[in-house]
This record gives sequence, C-alpha cells and structure tokens, in this order.
Amino acid sequence: MKRWRRNDLLLVFLVAGLAAAVWLFRQAGRDAGNAHVIVKVDGRTEGIYDLNEDQTISVNHGSNTLVIRDGQADMTDADCPDKLCVKHRPIRYRHENIICLPNRIVVEVESDSDAQLDAVTN
Amino acid sequence: MDRMEQNRLRSKVAYFGMYLALALIFSYLETLIPFQIGIPGVKLGLANLMTVIALYRMGTREAGLLSASRILLSGFLFGNLFSILYSMAGGMVSLAAMALLKKQGGFSVTGVSIAGGVAHNLGQLCVAMLVVETFSVGYYVPVLLISGLAAGGVIGIAADGVLRRVAKIRG
Repeated sequence: MKRWRRNDLLLVFLVAGLAAAVWLFRQAGRDAGNAHVIVKVDGRTEGIYDLNEDQTISVNHGSNTLVIRDGQADMTDADCPDKLCVKHRPIRYRHENIICLPNRIVVEVESDSDAQLDAVTN
Repeated sequence: MDRMEQNRLRSKVAYFGMYLALALIFSYLETLIPFQIGIPGVKLGLANLMTVIALYRMGTREAGLLSASRILLSGFLFGNLFSILYSMAGGMVSLAAMALLKKQGGFSVTGVSIAGGVAHNLGQLCVAMLVVETFSVGYYVPVLLISGLAAGGVIGIAADGVLRRVAKIRG
C-alpha cells in the first residue's frame, strides 16, 4: 500500500480550495451584513440602533450625541472635558467601539447574527 | 457455534476492549496536554487514531461502536452532556465519511483520515448551528476545514505507521 495516493491530493486541494473560497466570500461580504450598534451606559443597554438607518441619537439624557450615517456611527458631541470619544474615528466593523469613560458610555458595533458560542467542544 | 468461530469472537472482543481502553487513554491524554492551539474547538483528536486503526483492522461497524462507546465514556468522565452531543455528531459524520472513502478506494489511510477530520468538524458545526439557531457561525468554516485537514493528516500518518507495523499480527 502506497503512503500517498492520487485521490489524497485531490481531497486536500478540494478542502483547501473550499476553505479559501468561503474565506474570500466572507471577506467580500464583510460590509453587506446587517449590523447594529449597542449603546451601553453604566453597563446597561440603553438602546440598539440599526447602522443602515441614518439617525441622530441623544445618549445618556443628552450628555452625548451619536450620529449614524452612511453605515457608520460617530460620536459628534459630548459634555465631558476630554472629548476623546468625539475625536474617535467613526466605527462600522464588528467589535469596533467608542468609549466615553467620564460618562461611562460604550458604543459597540455588533452583527445582527452575532451568536454566543460556548467552548464546550472539548 | 464451532470452536474456530468461538475463538475468533473471543479475539475480537479482546481486541475491541484494548482499542477502547487505548482510545479512552488518548482522550484523557488530550485533556492533560494542551494540544489546543488557542482557537476554540480546534484540537488534534488523538482518540480518533484508534477509530482509524479499528476501521482498517476490524471494519466499519466495529469502528462505529468503538467511536460511540469511547465518546460516551470519555464524555461522562471528562466532559458534559453537551460535549457528548457535539462529539457524537462529529464522530458519526466522520466515520461515515471515512467508511465511504475507504470503500470508494483510491485513498490512502492518510487521505481517509483527512476526510474524517474535515467531516468531523463540519458535523460539529452543523450541530452548533442547530443549537444556537443561527447560520452566523459561517465565518468559522474555513478555520474548521483547515484544522480538520491538518488534524486528520497528522492522525492519518500516525495510523498509517501503526497499521504498517502491526500488519503481520493477526486479529
């Protein structure tokens, strides 16, 4: 019995090709998926907003202003002294976030289909 | 049942017990040594070495029984009900793929094992999709394909080596 046979190579290429194809497909479709931003104040979720819908949101009783436009979220105004969150560039990709520490506000992008998977496969 | 047949059955039972014991030890070994490379769900699957060997030495039915009993036992010993569910789905899909390719012919032991590794991961992914009721785990597909390929390859080369060395032993 030979160590490697012709079909083996075929199988390896098939699997590797499939993996590459799926990966490329995912890369191409990175922006296409529906995403939303979660606004959390003091750890509690204040609101969830669609990233595809242009809107202006008053956060934390007006201390901060979040603007969603062209599929990205940007903090445009804050009453805090350092204004770090305002200087932060707009966010659009999954897990990107803007954090305003003085007002304890976290804005994070999540995919609509984000799933929580437990590591139970061990 | 004549004597010959009785002896054959006895030898088969003895071999099966030994394979199961080895498979369990490999399962245990894997919980001790971190073969994991940091990506959740990706591991070597050392116990499947015995499944591949049993598939070639004994047959599909025996390998299936071995795989199922090993998963049940190691699941109760080192895991939980969920890990049994995942392992069982992966194990059975994996075995089906390996048996199919072995029957098809044209594949070496390593090739068959690679197919088993890949099928195992895809089977688990399907269960994960059902459990969390989402298709968003799709981004994980390339990772699982490649890791299945690598793990199956390593296991296959090892199984091939063992099979060559024990080829002269009857059983």
